[in-house]
Amino acid sequence: MSDRAATEAVYQELLLDHYRRPRNRGPLPDADVTVEQRNPLCGDILTLQLDLEEGRVREAAFTGQGCAISQAAASMMTQQLRGKTIDEALALRERFRAMILGDAEAARDTSLGDLRALSGVARLPVRVKCALLAFSALEEALKGRDARRATRDAADEDGLEP
Amino acid sequence: MTALAPRSDFPLLARQPALRYLDSAATAQKPTAMLDAERAFYENHYANPHRGAYALSARATDAYHAARARIARFVGLADAECLIFTRGTTESLNLVAATWGRTHVSAGDEIVLTALEHHANFVPWQQLALERNAVLRIVEPTTSGEIDVQRVLETVGSRTRVVAFTHVSNALGSITPVAALVAELRRRTDALLVCDGAQGAPHLPVDFDALGVDCYASSAHKLGGPMGIGALLARRAILEAMPPYQTGGDMIEFVHDERSTWNVLPHKFEAGTPNAAGAVGFAAAVQYLDALGMDRVRAHEQALVAEASERIAALDGARVYGPPAERRSGVVSFTLGDVHPHDLATILDDARLCIRAGHHCAQPLMRRLGVAATARASFWVYNDRDDIDALIGALERARSLFGLAGV
Repeated sequence: MSDRAATEAVYQELLLDHYRRPRNRGPLPDADVTVEQRNPLCGDILTLQLDLEEGRVREAAFTGQGCAISQAAASMMTQQLRGKTIDEALALRERFRAMILGDAEAARDTSLGDLRALSGVARLPVRVKCALLAFSALEEALKGRDARRATRDAADEDGLEP
Repeated sequence: MTALAPRSDFPLLARQPALRYLDSAATAQKPTAMLDAERAFYENHYANPHRGAYALSARATDAYHAARARIARFVGLADAECLIFTRGTTESLNLVAATWGRTHVSAGDEIVLTALEHHANFVPWQQLALERNAVLRIVEPTTSGEIDVQRVLETVGSRTRVVAFTHVSNALGSITPVAALVAELRRRTDALLVCDGAQGAPHLPVDFDALGVDCYASSAHKLGGPMGIGALLARRAILEAMPPYQTGGDMIEFVHDERSTWNVLPHKFEAGTPNAAGAVGFAAAVQYLDALGMDRVRAHEQALVAEASERIAALDGARVYGPPAERRSGVVSFTLGDVHPHDLATILDDARLCIRAGHHCAQPLMRRLGVAATARASFWVYNDRDDIDALIGALERARSLFGLAGV
C-alpha cells in the first residue's frame, strides 16, 4: 500500500505541469544519439534524443507515452541536461538515482532542479522504475562515451543516417 | 449488494478487512476449502502418483484422477481423460499451437484469430504462422470491443486451419457468443476451433461439450485454485491425433533404444511428475464454485459490473470501454481524464484498492482502441457494494489530486 502523504507529495503542481506541458518534447532532427526504452510491464515507451557538441549536450528531447511520473521525469531531465558535459550528465543521473532510492541528502541537491519534485517517489517503491525510465535511456545513450569520444562520434556521424 | 461469498471464506481477505481487491481477472483470492484440500493431500496422501507399487502411491494416484474427474464435471466435459493438466492457459494454448499446429499448418495456410486476444492466444499463433509461412488473419473488433460472428465468418476461407478466439476478453470483459459462433463456423470450415477460457471458466457456467469448440484452455488460479496449474480440454480424436508436447516420464508406453511409443490419454500430454497437489486444489476450488452456483456467480458479477460501470461513467472525464454491462463479464475497463492508469493505480492503492493498470497483455486490442493503457477493476464472488463505494471515492480523490475537480 502506498501512503496518502507520499502520493500527495508526488502529484504536485510542478509534476503535473511537466506532464501536461512537457518541455523538450518532440523529435530532434540533428540528434547524434537516439535511444528507445520500453518498460515491458506497463507498455511505457520513451525515445530520448541527444544533440552532442564538443562533449556537451547541446539539446535533449524526448517522445513517447506513459504515466505522469515517467513523462514528467523525462521533461525535467531534458531541461536539466542542456549544456552539461557528458560527465556532468552522468553525475546528474547518479544524484537523481540516489534521490529516488531514498537518499535525503540528494533530495536537497539544488543541482537537480525541477527533478527534486520527484523525491517523493522514494516512498512509492512500485513507481521507482517509472521515475528512472528517462535516466536509463540517458545511460544507454551515453554508454561508452566520454567527453572526447562523444565529439569524435558526433563528427563521424555527421552526414550519415539520422 | 452483499458479497456472494463471505470474506471469511478467504483467509487473505479476512485478515485484511480494509483491502478492496478488484483484480480478480489477474488472479483470484483463495478460499480456505482450496487451501485445506491441498494441505490435506500433502499431509495424508502424498506420494508420487503412477509410480509406486504401494498403497500410499495408489492413494495419491486416485486423488489426482478424482480431481481430474471433478474438474471435468465442472466444465461439462463428459470424457474426463480429455482433460490434460498443464501449467495454465498459456501452456495449454502453446501446447495446441506446437503440436496440432506444427502438424497441420503449412505454407500458405491461414490462421484466424481476433484482435481481442490476450497475448497468450495471439503470440503462439503468430509465431506458428511465421515458422510455417502461414498467413495470420486478424478479425477486427466491433466499435464496442466485441467479437462479431459475421466478421469471423467473413475472415474464414478455404485455407483456414485454425480459428482462435477468447471466451471473455480479459481487457474489456466482452463475452463471445461461443455456441452461436461455433455453429456457424462448423457449417463453413473444418478448421480447429480453439477457445481461450481463462476468463470464461471463473465467471460463466461452461459446458465444453455443448460449446462445440475443439480445444478450451483455462487456469486454476483465476477461479480460486492454486497457481501453476490449468487445463486443456479437447476432443478425443484431436488429442489422439496430436503428437506429444513434451517427452519424458509418465507419457511413454515403451522406450526402445531408437524410438518410443506413447501412453494413452491423458498421460500422453503429461510428461514428468504431475502437479497432483495442484490438481487437488483446483478440484476443491471448482467444488467451492459449484456450491455457490455458477449462475449465481454470473448474476452477482453482472450486478456489480452494471453498478460500477454506471457510477464510473457518471464521473466527469471518465470513459468506460467495452460493450454494455450485460454483455460483459466481471470487468470494468476505464480511463479518467488525462490521469494515466498507472498513476490512478497508485492513488487507489492509498485506499487499499487493488486494480490493474496497463495494456492487460492485449496490445493488439489496445492499439485498436487507441489507448496505451486503461485501468481495470474486476469483480468476483467476494466483492460487494462497499468495494464500489470505495472505488468511486478514490476516483474522486484522483480527480482532485490531478486538479480535475472543476473540469
